[in-house]
Amino acid sequence: MDHNASVSIRNLYKIFGANPVAALKRVRAGMSKADLMNEHRHVLGLSDINVEMKAGEITVIMGLSGSGKSTLIRHVNRLIEPTAGEILVNGENILDFGEARLRDLRRRQMSMVFQHFALLPHKTVLDNTGMARAVRGEDRAAYEQDARKWLDRVGLGGQESQYPHQLSGGMQQRVGISRALTSNAPIMLMDEAFSALDPLIRTDMQDLLLELQKELHKTIVFISHDLDEALKLADHLVILKDGIVVQQGEPQEILLNPNDPYIVDFISDINRARVLRVRSVMDTSPAEAPSTAGKVDADDTLESVIALSGGDTALSYEVHRDGAHVGFLNMKKLVRALVPMQAAENGM
Amino acid sequence: MATYDFIFNGLGLRDWCDQDATTGPMSMADLLAGSGGGQAEKTMLQSLWELPFPSLDALNQACPAISRSRDLTRGLEESFLNVKDPLKVVLDPITQPLSWVLETALQIFTTTPWWVMLPLLLVLVWVASRSWALMGFVATALGFLLFVDHYTFAMQTMSIIFVCAFLCVVFGVPIGIAMSRSDTMQRISIPILDMLQTLPTFVYLIPLIFLFSVTEPKLYGIAIILYAIVPVIRLTDLGIRLVDKDVIEAAEAFGMTRHQKLVRVQIPLALPNIMAGVNQTIMMSLAMVVIASLVSAPGLGVLVLRGIRNLELGVGLMAGLGIVLLAVILDRVTKAALARVNAAASVPRH
Ligand SMILES: Nc1ncnc2c1ncn2[C@@H]1O[C@H](COP(=O)(O)OP(=O)(O)OP(=O)(O)O)[C@@H](O)[C@H]1O
Ligand SMILES: [Mg+2]
Repeated sequence: MDHNASVSIRNLYKIFGANPVAALKRVRAGMSKADLMNEHRHVLGLSDINVEMKAGEITVIMGLSGSGKSTLIRHVNRLIEPTAGEILVNGENILDFGEARLRDLRRRQMSMVFQHFALLPHKTVLDNTGMARAVRGEDRAAYEQDARKWLDRVGLGGQESQYPHQLSGGMQQRVGISRALTSNAPIMLMDEAFSALDPLIRTDMQDLLLELQKELHKTIVFISHDLDEALKLADHLVILKDGIVVQQGEPQEILLNPNDPYIVDFISDINRARVLRVRSVMDTSPAEAPSTAGKVDADDTLESVIALSGGDTALSYEVHRDGAHVGFLNMKKLVRALVPMQAAENGM
Repeated sequence: MATYDFIFNGLGLRDWCDQDATTGPMSMADLLAGSGGGQAEKTMLQSLWELPFPSLDALNQACPAISRSRDLTRGLEESFLNVKDPLKVVLDPITQPLSWVLETALQIFTTTPWWVMLPLLLVLVWVASRSWALMGFVATALGFLLFVDHYTFAMQTMSIIFVCAFLCVVFGVPIGIAMSRSDTMQRISIPILDMLQTLPTFVYLIPLIFLFSVTEPKLYGIAIILYAIVPVIRLTDLGIRLVDKDVIEAAEAFGMTRHQKLVRVQIPLALPNIMAGVNQTIMMSLAMVVIASLVSAPGLGVLVLRGIRNLELGVGLMAGLGIVLLAVILDRVTKAALARVNAAASVPRH
């Protein structure tokens, strides 16, 4: 099975309403979401979306409620049909697929994790975990071992014969994740998979996902309305507002160079020291090598460096990655990066 | 001299009206009017006060070419009698198996000795309910009916209910599924179901009596099925439409076909509702089987009818008690089965 699937979305539009094609013309001519709603009773769900979801990366789509996140992720497996545009999976436009091919794509290439778990209430945890494989026509003997393995991995070993309603929300979502993993599909779609969980369990699940991703390298599309979660998980962050992509890129890059007041607002209350990494603020080629107080790793958070320095802004550190020297970190610059507007004006 | 003469005169239809004016049989109103003939001219006010609605009868007085209301009822009857024969050619062979099944079931239920039947029924109760208390109750109730010699009548009633309720499920569930899948189908079916449920049972017994002979079991079989099939159809449709949208979406996201979705998700999740429909269907069959005694259905209803016809109070009350016992048994057993289904497919937490 192909473990390196990529998804790219090109010029995608989705308009809800009685006559989306006519509405599309107006949107292309520049009509706004609010005007389209007020004057023509059509909802502009998504407008000219272009996103590359690279193989083996976690792409996080973030936005407030109603920004079109769920609509976008449901286009990836065509649970929703677009009004215009292309959706390429491994270079093939899935909009050209017939019913049988689309079904095969959903069965073998993609799996999905849902906000409200969406487990089958009348099936045991084990049967739920094997659902994707059972749908393909495999019998229990074929998937049972895999299902048990993944249930063990997510910490549900021994609960195989329980029913979903006997489990807590966090445990149910672990079943949801092991169901997706047991399907062995290279692409995993997660729509607000952790939003219904309380904060502690949520952090656990995020760690679990990152840990699994380190060995599995799936192509994950993750929806979130929580910036901390998005920054923690994302390799590539897409910020959506009213159906439009306002900015996308490496999360650190967006944090340091927000290009829209909406995003500035969004990032104003996060703990930057915990999110920003040394690599984002280091100097790769300073005019002269400073005297350094020690070594730090390029992927360390600024918070850990502040702790290391004891708050002394006069220091500099040598930055290493995989044992090789990659640059220097000046504490003054580090402190400046912690102030949102300052960072943006300095063009860091 | 009739009130609405002026319309036909004004439209120049007088000739058409009178062309084959035969004096048909007179209505009672005509006779009365005739006997009171020669009265003094009425005043303007009086004639306005007595202005008849331009009904068929009133118009017929002015223009004999227009038919009277009673011709309409006769017309209905005649047209029904005309289509009856061709309809019978189609319906008779289709419904014949129903007669056989009902007769066979009746035969089996009444000829099997009580000491075989009773344990069999109790096993059935156990399978459905897993409750000793309920089994005890059913044993006592049936024992009582045996003791007071109402057992055979009760078994006749029971056999009809078994057959009819079973057929209701066999036809009702697929119809319900079809309704849940297509909005058009739902729009067409709902008025029909409403009609079946609201029409007084006697009203659709009438055409059935003309179509089939009163001696055929299928007559009451069809009447019972038409009446009792409604809840199982409605609740199957409702149950499937109420299945959690998230779960359906998951089924689609994992690539289930329509058939897989139906069998693995929709029907199991709709089962509590479907079972509730089966319970109601059984109760309605019981209600109808008593009325069906009017058209020769055997069973406890026959005794009730005898009680009414001959004013035999004791016979009627005793049979009534038997019906109540059967009703309680059937209701409790199906409810217990429903409760077990509910417990197994508990709703997910949200
Ligand atoms: N079937 C539909 N018909 C009409 N409008 C719809 C439909 N589905 C979504 N929309 C509209 O599209 C927009 C985006 O909805 P979507 O569900 O994708 O938002 P979301 O970002 O997932 O929000 P949330 O965080 O609340 O889940 C909203 O304005 C919504 O009203
Ligand atoms: Mg959503």
